[in-house]
Amino acid sequence: MSLSIGLTINGQPRTVALDDPRVTLLDLLRERLDLTGTKKGCDRGQCGACTVLVDGRRINSCLALAASLDGATVTTIEGLADGEALHPVQAAFIEHDGFQCGFCTPGQIMSAIGLIAEGHAGDDPERIRELMSGNICRCGAYQGITEAVLEAQKTLAERNRRDAA
Amino acid sequence: MNKHASPNLKAAKIAGGVHTDQRHDSAHKHVAGTAVYIDDMPEPAGTLHVGIGLSSVAHGKLKSVDLSAVRSAPGVVDVLTHADVPGENDVSPSGMHDDPVFAEGKVQFHGQPIFAVIAETREQGRSAARLAKIEYEELPGIFDIWNLDPEKDKQVTTPLTLTRGDAAAAIAAAPHRIKNRMKLGGQDHFYLEGQVSLAIPGEDDEVIVYCSTQGPSETQHLVAHVLGVPSHAVTVEVRRMGGGFGGKETQANQCAAIAAIAAKKHGRAVKIRLDRDEDMTATGKRHDFAIDYEVGFDDEGNILGVDFMFALNAGFSADLSGPVGDRALFHCDNAYFYPHVHAKSAPLYTNTVSNTAFRGFGGPQGMVGAERVIDEVAFAVGKDPLEIRKLNFYDPMGAEGERNVTPYHQKVEDNIIHRIVAELAESADYAGRRRTIDAFNANSRFIKRGMALTPVKFGISFTKTESNQAGALVHVYNDGSVHMNHGGTEMGQGLHLKVAQVVAEEFQIDLDRVKITATTTAKVPNTAPTAASSGADLNGMAAQDAARQIRKRLTDFAAEKYQVPTDQVVFLPNRVRIGNQEIGFNELVKQAYLNRIQLSAAGFYKTPKIHWDRAKGRGHAFYYYAYGAACSEVSIDTLTGEYVVERTDILHDTGRSLNRAIDIGQVEGGFIQGMGWLTTEELVWDDKGRLRTHAPSTYKIPLASDRPKIFNVALTDWSQAYEPTIHRSKAVGEPPLPHGMSVLHALSDAVASVADHKICPRLDAPATPERVLMAVERLKAEAAGK
Ligand code: FES
Ligand code: FES
Repeated sequence: MSLSIGLTINGQPRTVALDDPRVTLLDLLRERLDLTGTKKGCDRGQCGACTVLVDGRRINSCLALAASLDGATVTTIEGLADGEALHPVQAAFIEHDGFQCGFCTPGQIMSAIGLIAEGHAGDDPERIRELMSGNICRCGAYQGITEAVLEAQKTLAERNRRDAA
Repeated sequence: MNKHASPNLKAAKIAGGVHTDQRHDSAHKHVAGTAVYIDDMPEPAGTLHVGIGLSSVAHGKLKSVDLSAVRSAPGVVDVLTHADVPGENDVSPSGMHDDPVFAEGKVQFHGQPIFAVIAETREQGRSAARLAKIEYEELPGIFDIWNLDPEKDKQVTTPLTLTRGDAAAAIAAAPHRIKNRMKLGGQDHFYLEGQVSLAIPGEDDEVIVYCSTQGPSETQHLVAHVLGVPSHAVTVEVRRMGGGFGGKETQANQCAAIAAIAAKKHGRAVKIRLDRDEDMTATGKRHDFAIDYEVGFDDEGNILGVDFMFALNAGFSADLSGPVGDRALFHCDNAYFYPHVHAKSAPLYTNTVSNTAFRGFGGPQGMVGAERVIDEVAFAVGKDPLEIRKLNFYDPMGAEGERNVTPYHQKVEDNIIHRIVAELAESADYAGRRRTIDAFNANSRFIKRGMALTPVKFGISFTKTESNQAGALVHVYNDGSVHMNHGGTEMGQGLHLKVAQVVAEEFQIDLDRVKITATTTAKVPNTAPTAASSGADLNGMAAQDAARQIRKRLTDFAAEKYQVPTDQVVFLPNRVRIGNQEIGFNELVKQAYLNRIQLSAAGFYKTPKIHWDRAKGRGHAFYYYAYGAACSEVSIDTLTGEYVVERTDILHDTGRSLNRAIDIGQVEGGFIQGMGWLTTEELVWDDKGRLRTHAPSTYKIPLASDRPKIFNVALTDWSQAYEPTIHRSKAVGEPPLPHGMSVLHALSDAVASVADHKICPRLDAPATPERVLMAVERLKAEAAGK
């Protein structure tokens, strides 16, 4: 039995045939859609490496069944940059050395975007660290990650103000 | 950035030379999600996948292994056991032949690989693996070293003894003596990218293995050994790892071997990627230790003699346990002079996974033992532990005294710990905060604060002499662009970037003219693993050698062609001055090519000065030492044992840093990892020898929210390597990890406050909230009983 779902992935509407109804969104992205930027760290919802945005909210894609997401909008790390121009969160991660080995980075960035969109982080680094604590960085780049989130949040807020004005 | 922009021929300095802060070379790819790890590589058509069959008992004979249901499961192409290994069924890195690829006849730990399912999909392989019917004759197992006898019980390899002076006599004659034991836990690497290999068969006996390994040469040699082919048939390549930390020094080899066997047997590409819990169950970790110590000291707190026994849990095989135990002994002095010392290691056999390298490689365990001894002395004489530390430091660099010889008879010639500790105590306001903390504790009933400042002296070099060599390959193409390759591997530490900076510096060309390429055994052979913090030291030197050979050829060529003496050929940024004219580097290269000058060179480096006689326990084991100190403050809840790290200040020495931005990241990350090891990361085995903590839900790795609330990290800006290391920089991978000790000792200090700092808390590690609580209650009870 083959099931097919519709997804908008990084702005592109796609119809995806699911040969296995149990496939997770993570495996769908990595193995069938060749979007390998999203990483698999634990495959059980405990490390955050696989974080993506589904309808704007951050989720662990290793826990989400693709079949349950018919009609959803999915954004992955590959969908952030606007051509050559990086998303402000991506740029801030470079600026603040928010990584070492880079394996957690796509998840950290997606989580940061989700967090900023949630809009209740404020500018308290401790609160940001608390709200980013679903994303393990074994290299311990937390200093740079937190600074990057703070800065990106500011940049995005300014941009929104400008856009509104 | 336009990559084709022509180089600036007027520049006063090249862009991206040594001693400049450069972003990680893969920064853009990391944030864009385009950095390719092995599991991200496009799979060749027909790639097969591996599911692995692990032992479900910790120790036993294999009575029968029935794999018929596995073989007939959907999608299964083959099932491999020890009988399918064409060469040796062994991946022992130490040549001890005690690390089978697949268990044969018996199993020695829970989770030991017995067979591998080769299937069309990973899911098919994994579910088929569960259908095996295996009968064991269970044997009693040893899962913990605490109750073993380090003198009598089985060891996996020869232990080491270090002796200087007469420790027993010095301790016996000392005014005060203390003898005790300490328990020190292990640590799972939890590299975020688990073990993974992709093997692609080639013609004849050839195979290429893309493997997340820190030691491509060793992986190559062991894969060849397992396949029964010469090393020249096997190529191992790795562009980057998603973390290594020592966990991919030898532990990558087994997966590489399994993938290679299957690939050769079936003529198809084969990928193996362990699941997280398989990875945690079946691969080795940092060794847990039981440390026995006896110390003799005077009224002031001067240590007169020390005797140590470092028993370490090797697990079922030798792996690297011998050298890990050695390095613990090499660091049992940390930064302290012991007038008389005797120290032994005991790499004990148990029925647990074979423990392995982990950032610091036993060194941190040795230092934790030293710091426990300091604590004991401090409490016994009633002084602040920092005073006892300072009292017992090795003499500073340049001092005339005798207090500078290590337990292995090497002179400490570059000691800068006094200045580092003094500067850190000042910048962290140790004295002032000590008073504030005392006042706080006097007024706070349940929450207590504690603080500690701990030093680090870390020896740099492999203690295995032959590992202290490196090779590099540099090509200059006829457009002046440069291709650089060396034996080191990239796991986030910015090694490739640092080596590229060295090459750019030699040629005086902008960094973006130097291409960083994947590490492969086909370009540079017989390399050491990227370990022992040696990556930039060794490979930087080898790459410098290669670049210098080419530069010399260019110089000779220019001198001859333009008829000037060679000293009038000067490499300036992106250009070369020849006599009184300047031409672009690219132009000179083009001319050299047209005149048939060889523009490629293999570089080589071996660390000078070092030697080590293990049987005698004497030698110049380390080329130099890296130093640093950390000061941490914590608060604990004495009702629950829960704690918070309030503040950490670190001052660390990386000599004349090649790249301070990268080094600061290493120091921060190393500290966090060391803190995790000593506080929350607890490995628990049950009475059947099963690891109970095989997922992040039960194994507590530091999260962003566990980071110290205030965290100040600085590098010394005045130090430089005492020896002519690469641009006088110092290694930085491992030395910061033991800064985590400052948190353990701050917790101990907070605990001590409940008994008015009169009783040594003897806080074992990891100092989980449960351990902290137990220590608080013990001290309260002892204080009340007195
Ligand atoms: S891979 Fe999804 S949370 Fe770890
Ligand atoms: S950068 Fe390596 S895990 Fe975060």
